[in-house]
Parts: sequence; structure tokens; C-alpha cells
Amino acid sequence: MFKWKTDEFSWVDFTIDILRILIVLGVVVGAWNTLSSGRISFAQWVNLFAAGLSQGSIYALIALGYTLVYGILLMINFAHGEVFMAGAFSTVFLAEALNRTGFLNEQPLLAILLMIMFAGLVSMTVAILLERVAYRPLRGSPRLVPLITAIGASFFLQYTFRGLYGSGFKAYPQVRILQGAISIGDINIPVVQVFVFGSALVLMLGLYWLVERTRVGKAMRAVSENKEVARLMGIDIDWVIMFTFGVGGFLAGSAGVINGMFRPQGVNFFMGFIPGIKAFTAAVLGGIGNIPGAMLGGLFLGVIEAIGPNLVLAGLGIPGANQLKDVIAFTMLVLVLIFRPQGILGERLSEQKA
Amino acid sequence: MALLEVNDIHTYYGNIHALKGVSFEVDTGEIIALIGSNGAGKTTTLRTISGLMEPREGAVYYEDEDISNTRADLLVSKGISMVPEGRGVFAKLTVEENLDMGAYIRRDSGIKDDLAGAFELFPRLEERKKQVAGTLSGGEQQMLAIARALMSKPRLLLLDEPSMGLAPVLVDGVFDTIQRIANEGVTILLVEQNAHMALQIADRGYVLQSGEVAISDTAANLQQNETVQKTYLGID
Ligand SMILES: Nc1ncnc2c1ncn2[C@@H]1O[C@H](COP(=O)(O)OP(=O)(O)OP(=O)(O)O)[C@@H](O)[C@H]1O
Ligand SMILES: [Mg+2]
Repeated sequence: MFKWKTDEFSWVDFTIDILRILIVLGVVVGAWNTLSSGRISFAQWVNLFAAGLSQGSIYALIALGYTLVYGILLMINFAHGEVFMAGAFSTVFLAEALNRTGFLNEQPLLAILLMIMFAGLVSMTVAILLERVAYRPLRGSPRLVPLITAIGASFFLQYTFRGLYGSGFKAYPQVRILQGAISIGDINIPVVQVFVFGSALVLMLGLYWLVERTRVGKAMRAVSENKEVARLMGIDIDWVIMFTFGVGGFLAGSAGVINGMFRPQGVNFFMGFIPGIKAFTAAVLGGIGNIPGAMLGGLFLGVIEAIGPNLVLAGLGIPGANQLKDVIAFTMLVLVLIFRPQGILGERLSEQKA
Repeated sequence: MALLEVNDIHTYYGNIHALKGVSFEVDTGEIIALIGSNGAGKTTTLRTISGLMEPREGAVYYEDEDISNTRADLLVSKGISMVPEGRGVFAKLTVEENLDMGAYIRRDSGIKDDLAGAFELFPRLEERKKQVAGTLSGGEQQMLAIARALMSKPRLLLLDEPSMGLAPVLVDGVFDTIQRIANEGVTILLVEQNAHMALQIADRGYVLQSGEVAISDTAANLQQNETVQKTYLGID
């Protein structure tokens, strides 16, 4: 950890060590102040934690898309936030229609399942097209090239969807059975949070099963390990890469609907940007390319975002701590990249290794 | 009729002219040895046949069909399987999953029996079937690579230096195995630096030198050939 004993003194290491100490001190002092003041009750902490887990499971679903693609192509698909937006935005119209006919509240589970499927398919299509049109022709070119293309594709998708659906904000209709809360003593957990966490869990287990147990999942792992040998097995690697983009897209699209149940407001063409970066942070946090890492990273980020401002920032006397959520996420990204670029579980985000 | 006919192929790495007009034939049921020193072009020849590389000139015919520009993954279904140089096992997949990948192109019900057959040929692999391949020893990885290549039920098996890096006691076992596979009716193109062992099991052989076929003859004659003895068999 600390490099006091190295022969050569390095200003970079020194600064990093000072930073480390300051961060640890800040966290300890802030948390101590908050906890000793007793400003937040135990039940409130539990609520914050539960809300964090829900938000985190949405990050996790999106983060899986980054990690799957990185695992197979060593490339970061920075347009993935827009893949999420495509499904979320398109499905809001389906949700409105289902609400108008009354189906949404008569058969809520079926309606939500339908919405998740629809959003998943829309995002999957967008992700596959993105791969075919934007990334495949650039395979084998320097790593900066697809990166720049991804940013371009991001804008392209945002403005395409603005063109399609307009620039106004939309909101997902409320589903009646998801209102209300489950009470255990003085702890109230909103039903919608249970739904969010539960459905994300089902999707993640599904992904785990796909990757670990099925023929195509094994092929995905084989291609990610060695493309040339995978071809010698008769695996069509272009198809497997496309499939991988599709799976990541499906998860992002379903996350769009789940997010719409959790935070109905704020659906528009730009909605993918922040969750996209947050999920990328989560993927890096867990170790990019590592599937359980993305799941853990997402949950971890969600919980830190929910608890961190109240615990640490408020304790340090920083005003309006709750509005600093996003700052927490991006600070985490920078800190992880400085201190532990390989993330919690994964491998180093490196220049080479191909 | 030749199962495989390599006709005057020229293969390049960018501007590097690695194969300068290589021609040879492999008949059904034969074991053909391809020998040569480092950098002679043995691996490049196998890569060109298996579809990982395309020849810039010349052609490769398999069962009289021009496969020069056919993708590697499609050739597996046609019956060509290759054990690459350095084995190329999937280190993070288990032994069993590696074998599953060998049978990737198959949908028939015989896969289970063939898996059992592979374990019969290499009992060591059965003991380790749930282990990730990266934890196997070099010899076990070589067994796995060969067993995996057989899972696609090839008619032509390309082997790139299967004895490389193995302890001498294991080398005999590898060549025994190759002989047994050939006895099952699989045609074999064997690239080796261990010319001594390769020529003992081969029917015929070709000597590659700087991207060209320098000598071609029956294995028995090659073993008696003065140049071969000097350069590749270490006999003075
Ligand atoms: N990836 C590559 N890029 C450029 N040149 C290459 C590459 N691979 C091989 N070569 C060149 O092509 C020629 C043939 O190489 P090849 O690997 O086919 O030889 P080989 O007979 O298999 O040698 P070895 O016994 O060392 O495996 C050599 O001169 C080599 O330097
Ligand atoms: Mg070689």
C-alpha cells in the first residue's frame, strides 16, 4: 500500500498517498459526526440502503452491457447509455397505451412483462445495429477510433430519437400494485423497490445461466478468451459478437422499463447520458469485463450514492449533501481509476492486452 | 484422388512473403509429416489450409473443392480440424467445456458417446473434467487440445507441433495417440520439429525450407536422406 520504503522518492506516489490519507480521514470524520449526532435513525438508514440497492440494481443491469462488450472486444461502447434510452423512451408510449386501455392495472404483471420484452427488443435491435454499422467496420483499427465513433454514435442516437419522439419529457404511468410500502416495525420499504430489485435479480440470474450453462454462453467465453482458436472450433465469431451486443442491449432495455417504474419522470432523448456514465463507473468499479463484478459494482455504487452523502458529506457540514449524489459517483470513478484500475474483481483497464 | 491438395500457395504477413509457392498432396488415410526448421513456414502452411489466413496466390483444394477463401469456422463443418501451435486451450473454461467447444458445430446425439470416447483415450482428462484448463500441465493441455479437435469428428486433422515443450517421456505417448487416431481412419497432416518421431509414424513427408518445399519423399526414404539426417535428425 504505502510506499515509504521504495528507494526512489516519487512525487506522484507521494501525492496519491496524501490523497488516500485525506480521503480516509474525511470518510471517518464525516461518518463519526453523522453517527454521533444521531440525526438519522436506524429505520432511515435501512430505507436509504434499500433505495440504494434498487437504484444500484438498475446500474448493474446497464453495467453488464459495458462489461459483456468489453469482455469480448476489449472495447468500451460509450453509446450504451443511448441503447438504454432507446428502450426506455420507446416503451413509454406502449406504457401509456396500456394505461389508457386499462390493461396496465388489470393485468399489471403481464403488462410489465410485455413492456420489458418490448423495451429489451428495441434496445437489442439498436445495440445490434450499432455493432454492425458503427463498430464492425472498425474492428482491428486503433482503440481510439471506435471510441470516437461511439461518441458520435451516441449523439446520432440521441438526435434520432429526438427526431422520432420529440424533445419533451414523458413519464411512465403509475402502476397501482407497485404503490404503497411493506412495513416491518418502523421500517417502510416501498413495494416498487422490491419489484426493481427482484426483477433485476431475475434478469441477472438469467444472464448468469446463459453465460455459464448454454452452448452460446460457452462460445461467448471462448471468443472472449481467444478469437482465433474459437474460429477453429467452428464458432462464427461475428455472430457471437453480435449476440453479445444483443444481450447487453436487452438488459439495458429492460433496465429502462424497470427504471421507469422506479423513477417515472424524466424520460426523454437525453435520459441515457447520466445512467450510462454511472453504469460505466459501476462496471469499472467491479472490474470491467467481469460479469459478477458489474453486478456487484452496480449495487455498490447505488448504495454508496444513497448512503454516502448523508453519512459522510452531511457529517462534514457540507450543505445540500443529497444533491451531491452525482458528484459521489464521478468521484468514485476517478478514485477507482487512480487507486485500483482493475476494480474490485476484475482485470486492469489497460492499453494493450489483445 | 487427393483429400487435400495444396497448389502453389503464396501467403504473406503484410509484406513478408512467408510461403513462396508451396505445393503438396495428402491422400485419404495417410499420415503426412511436414518438417522444417524455425521460420520455414510450417505454421503458416497449416494456417492457410485451416482458413485462418488466405493465400495471395495459388489455391487449396479439399475434396476437389477450392477452399482457399473459405472461413475457418466453415471448414470445421467440412471436416477439417486443427490443433494450433501452443495448444490454444481455453484456459478459463473447464476441461469439459473445452471439449463441448470442440463439438460446437455438432447437433447430433452422438456427442455424449464421443465425449466418453475422448475420456477413454485420455483418462487423465476425465479426472480433471471440472477443472479449468489453465490449471492443467503442459502434457494434459496437449491431450485436451487433441481430444477437443477430435470432438468435431474431423476427416482431416492438422497438428502443429504436438510434441513441443513436452517432457521426453510424454512425447512417445503423443505419437502413439496420433497413430491410434490415424488407425481410426482420420487423415493426418503433422507438423513437427521432432523429425525423428514424425517420420517414424508418417507415410510420406515434405521438408519445408524458407517457405518452399525442398524435399518430398516417403517417410522411409526421408529417414535415409543425407540432408534430412544432417539437418533434421542430427545424424552426421
Ligand atoms: N505474425 C507474423 N507476422 C510477421 N511475420 C510472421 C508472422 N508469423 C510468422 N511470420 C514469418 O513467417 C515465416 C514463417 O513462419 P512460420 O510461423 O510459418 O514458421 P514455422 O515453420 O512454423 O516456425 P516454427 O518452427 O518456429 O514454429 C517466418 O519467417 C516468420 O518470421
Ligand atoms: Mg510454427
